[in-house]
Amino acid sequence: MKKFQKLIIVGAMFALPSVSYSVGISNAELSATTCFMCHGPEGKYVGGTIPPLAGYPESVMVTQLKAIKSGARKSTVMQRHIKGYSDAEIEELAKYFSSLKP
Amino acid sequence: MKKLNRRAVIKAVAVSSVAVPVASSLTGCVTDGVKSQTEANPAGSNIRVVVIGGGFGGTSCAKYLKRFDGNIEVTLVEPKKTYMTCPGSNWYLAGLTDAKSITHDYTSLSDIHGVNVVHQRVSNIDAAAKSVSLEDGTILGYDRLVVSPGIDFKYEMIEGYSEADVDKIPHAYQAGPQTELLYKQIREMKQGGTFVIAPPPNPFRCPPGPYERVSMIADYFKKNNPTAKIIVLDSKNKFSKQKLFQEGWDALYGDMIEWIPAIDGGVVTKVDVATKTVYSEYETIKADVINLIPPQKAGKLAFDAGLTKGDWCPINQETFESTIHRGIYVIGDSSIAGKMPKSGHSAASQGKMCAAAMVSDIHNWAQPRPKNVNTCYSLVGSDYGISVAAVYELHDGVIGKVKGAGGVSPMGADDAFRKMESNYARGWYKSITADIWHS
Repeated sequence: MKKFQKLIIVGAMFALPSVSYSVGISNAELSATTCFMCHGPEGKYVGGTIPPLAGYPESVMVTQLKAIKSGARKSTVMQRHIKGYSDAEIEELAKYFSSLKP
Repeated sequence: MKKLNRRAVIKAVAVSSVAVPVASSLTGCVTDGVKSQTEANPAGSNIRVVVIGGGFGGTSCAKYLKRFDGNIEVTLVEPKKTYMTCPGSNWYLAGLTDAKSITHDYTSLSDIHGVNVVHQRVSNIDAAAKSVSLEDGTILGYDRLVVSPGIDFKYEMIEGYSEADVDKIPHAYQAGPQTELLYKQIREMKQGGTFVIAPPPNPFRCPPGPYERVSMIADYFKKNNPTAKIIVLDSKNKFSKQKLFQEGWDALYGDMIEWIPAIDGGVVTKVDVATKTVYSEYETIKADVINLIPPQKAGKLAFDAGLTKGDWCPINQETFESTIHRGIYVIGDSSIAGKMPKSGHSAASQGKMCAAAMVSDIHNWAQPRPKNVNTCYSLVGSDYGISVAAVYELHDGVIGKVKGAGGVSPMGADDAFRKMESNYARGWYKSITADIWHS
């Protein structure tokens, strides 16, 4: 039985994404999945022209997003997006992206 | 398919047992069978979700169900082995991208995420028995069902036009052979000829789509058929990103494009397919190429399954569960999703929200209350991009726009700004299709 379980675990390692969820899906994580659509799946670079966000330093992202929100930092579409998020939501998003592996 | 059939029967018998028998010789099902025995995440084990429709909504939902809970057994049913996207198809019409770049398959979904991908057409949904019958006779039992059937056309609204005529007068609003046909017709059009496009009335898939198409065909004509004429016979008096499109048309294409709104008689009432004649109050036009995009309604499957009220599918806008049939979720163009437009980006976003809501429900987790987005880029020219964006959240059971956010690109922006957004348009395409089909 043990051997069987081990086999199962090996199988599962290949089959499952390397992320685990213990207490549910946070608003930050689910909102971040909508960022993936422009910034790359799991925030990873896939060859496009939009900056990837996985592993982005948390404090830098918070500063930049707040500056984009206020208009101090120029953007094309990002100000229109980020105006929809509170400062607390921006901080949670930045924390989540900084936790992703680039 | 017989294999799946047997498996479906086994699963149907074993619904309530914890350890599902594993038919280990079934390729493609092995990982799922193993996972359903791991009990790492017991709540999701043995839950069978069938997703119908392999577009932006369905594929995204299937992938994210697995991402949020790898123990759920997910089957995606999509007749096509490869999927050409509507986004990017206008760029293809202009010759700015090739067909291969906008065509995707489902290997990542099965190989990386362990989704069972079944290339079959659905013949029936039995909501009472919780099963989906496929045309080859397979019956897939489910605990929950997601349908993402896209759109269908109300051909009967235009006199003289029917589904049988789409091989002569394409709508090209479901990408694939229809796109290829319009691509060919544009290129075969005589020098100085007339191209008529008739955008549909609201609501319809991809509100800026017909106008990006006008732009992209103008881009092609400018280079290859500079005396050609484009006449837009519109069923509406205004359209998405209108001022931006018109600013771009003036800047790039001079007087090649003429837009006739409904108020000036732009509504197409009749066509003569044989003579390529278009009838509207404005005038009767003998065209060389016609792109008629008929009024729209939910995909046929939604009607067959009794999920519609009027032309579209009413849903609980928090979970995307049908308000008509419990246990069936409707996402994408067919759904009535508050203020969200019918777009690939919306559908993909909804696929994720639906997956998260379903997984949270299965596990008895608190329902997440995320913000949700739509981003839509259009190319007016190869180096001329414009965008519209919105952020959404649930208000009193309806998906509404977050005030103060969203909107369109600025008018009068400089070339560098337009160029940057054209680059981002391509970057968006790369990322969203990678998110859905390639990762």
